[in-house]
Amino acid sequence: MINYLSDFFVNLARSWTAWISGFLPVWAVTVVNYVIVAVILVMMPVIATLTLTWMERKVIGRIQNRIGPNRVGPWGIFQAIADAVKMLVKEDIVPDNADKPVFNIAPILIAAAACLLWAVLPFGRNMIGADLNIGALYVIAIGSFTTVAVLMAGWSSNNKFALIGAFRVVAQLLSYEIPMVLSVAAVVLLVGTMRMGQIVELQTVPFVFLLPTTFLIYMLSAIAETGRAPFDLLEADSEIVAGYFVEYSGLKFGWFYIAEYGNLMAVAAIATTLFLGGWRGPGVAAVPALGPFYFAVKILVIVFVLMWIRGTLPRFRIDQMLGFAWKVLVPAALANLLWVAIVLKLPVPTALQWLLILAGNLITLVVALTLLGRAAKQYAARRGLVSA
Amino acid sequence: MVPLTWYLFLAAALFCIGVFGALSRRNAIAVLMGIELMLNAVNINLVAFWRYTDLGQMTGQLFAVFVITVAAAEACVGLALIITIYRQRHTVNVEELDTMKG
Amino acid sequence: MQQVAFAVLSLITLGAAIMVVTTPSLLRSALWLILAFFGIAGIFVLLNADFLAITQILVYIGAISTLMIFAVMLSSKVMDPHQPRFNEQWGLVGGFSALLFVALAAIVSRVVWPVAQGEVPVDTIQRLGADFVGPYVIPFEIASVLLVVAMIGAIIIARERE
Repeated sequence: MINYLSDFFVNLARSWTAWISGFLPVWAVTVVNYVIVAVILVMMPVIATLTLTWMERKVIGRIQNRIGPNRVGPWGIFQAIADAVKMLVKEDIVPDNADKPVFNIAPILIAAAACLLWAVLPFGRNMIGADLNIGALYVIAIGSFTTVAVLMAGWSSNNKFALIGAFRVVAQLLSYEIPMVLSVAAVVLLVGTMRMGQIVELQTVPFVFLLPTTFLIYMLSAIAETGRAPFDLLEADSEIVAGYFVEYSGLKFGWFYIAEYGNLMAVAAIATTLFLGGWRGPGVAAVPALGPFYFAVKILVIVFVLMWIRGTLPRFRIDQMLGFAWKVLVPAALANLLWVAIVLKLPVPTALQWLLILAGNLITLVVALTLLGRAAKQYAARRGLVSA
Repeated sequence: MVPLTWYLFLAAALFCIGVFGALSRRNAIAVLMGIELMLNAVNINLVAFWRYTDLGQMTGQLFAVFVITVAAAEACVGLALIITIYRQRHTVNVEELDTMKG
Repeated sequence: MQQVAFAVLSLITLGAAIMVVTTPSLLRSALWLILAFFGIAGIFVLLNADFLAITQILVYIGAISTLMIFAVMLSSKVMDPHQPRFNEQWGLVGGFSALLFVALAAIVSRVVWPVAQGEVPVDTIQRLGADFVGPYVIPFEIASVLLVVAMIGAIIIARERE
C-alpha cells in the first residue's frame, strides 16, 4: 500500500490501463489514454487562468497598498469564476469588414499554442506528455508559431490600431526569441540532450547555480515573450487600447486571456525545468509522487516573482525594448554560449568545469551591468537629467 | 509501412502545383509562394530517400537543412526587393515590371 | 495506421497547396501556405526526421511566413479580388504542370529503388551535430555567411531612402 502511494500517479495510470485493457482492444486503450492526457494538458492553461488571475490581483493589490478582490467568496477566490461567467455572457461582436474565417480562427490558434507548450513538460519522474527527442526545441518552435497567430488576429480586425499593435508584438516576439534560444542552447550544451525529462534527471545541482546569467537572460526574454510588464507596451490600455485584440469581445477575448496566463505559467514551468531542477526536491527519490508538488511550488515562486516585477517597474518604450534585446541580451547570451562551449571542451574534471562556467557567467553579468551603468550615465548626462 | 513511391508521388504533385503557381500568377509574392512549395517538395524527396535508402549517414537530413537555410535567405532578399519595387512603382504585378524589355 | 496518417497529411498538404495557388486574396494564400507547411512538418515526423520537422515549423512558419505576411501587408492593395489573378497563359501552364506530374509519376513508378529497411538511429540529433562540424563544416560556414549577407542585403535594400 505504501509502495502504491509513494508512486501514486504512475501507479494510478498503470491500474487504469490494466482495468480498461480488460474490455477494450489495444488501439482503443492507446486512444483513450492519449485523449485523457490531452484533456489534462489542455486544462492546464485554464487552471492557470483561474488561479493566476486571482493570485495576480491579490499580489498586485498588496503591492499597491490595497486589498484586491475580497467579495466573491472567502478572500475573493471565486472572482475568476465570476469573471469567466461575465465573459461568457457578453455579446460576440464581429467588425463589419473583418475577414471572418481568419478573425474566428486567430484566438483558437493562440490558445492552441499556449496549450501545446504543456506537452513536453515533466511533472514528475515518468510523468510527461510526450518525451520528445527535441523537447527544448519544440518549446521554442511553438513560441515562434504564436507570431503568425498574432498577425492573423491583428490583420483580420480591419482596424489600424490592431494592425500597428500586431506589428509591434511581432517585432518584440521575434527580437526576444533569439536570446531565449541562445540561453536554452547553453543549457542543452551543458546537459548534452534536448529531452526535457532527461534535463531534469541530470540536474543533481540545479542549473541556476551554474548558469545564473543564463537564467536571468531566459527570464527576461520569457517575460518579453509573454508580453507582461514591463514589456506590455503592446496591450496596455493607455498605450494602444489593448493592441491586437481590441476588436475581440466575449469568449474570443477569453481565449486570448487564457492564452496569456497559460503562456505565463508555461514559461515559468520551462524555467523551472531547465534551471531550477523541475520536480527534484528532498525526498523525491523515495516518494516520486512528491514530484508534481515540488514542481508546482517552484512554478508558483517564479510566477510570484514575475507578478512582483509587474507591480513594481514602469513600462518600456518600444525602441528601448528592442534596443535592450538586440544590444544587451543577444551579445550577453552569445558570450555565455561561447564560454560554455569552450569550457566544456577543456580536459578538466566536471566540478572544475562547472566552477569555470559559474565564474564566466558572473563575469558576463558584471561586465553587462557595468556597461549598462555607463550607458545610463551618458544618457542621463546628455539629457541633462539629475545624475546622482 | 508506407512504400517509398507514395512519398515520391506526393513530392512530385507538390512540385507541379508549385510550378503552376510560380508560372501563372501575376503577383510577385504569389510567385515566391510557388517557389517555396517547390523547395518543400524537394525537401520531402530528400528526407524520404534518406529514410528508405541510406539510414547509416545523415546526409539526407543535412541536405534538407541546407535547403531550408538557402530558402530562408532567398525569401528574405526576394521580399525586400518586392517591397522596394512596390515603393518605387506602386505595383507588384510581374507583367508591369518590363522596363528592360528589348 | 501509418498509411492512414500519410493519407490524411498528404490530403491536407496538397489541398492547402492547391488553395495557395488559386486563392485571389494574397493574405488567404499566405495562410494556406502555413497550413501546407504544417502538413509537410507532419510528413517529416512520419519519416522519423523529427529535428527537421521542428526546424520546418521554426524557420518556415515562424519566420518566412511572417515575412511573407509582412510583405503582403506592406505592398499590395489588399482585399482586391477584382484584379485577375492568373496571367493569360495559365491554361498552358496548367497543362504543362499536369504533364510534368504524369511524367514524374511514370518515372517514379518504373524505377526499382534500392530500398533498404534499416534501423532508424536513436541519436539523430547528435549525429547531425557531429556531421555539421565534421565532414560538412564548409557548407555550414558558407550557409552562415550566406545568411548574414542576405540579412544585410535585405536591410539595405528595403531601407527608407531619406
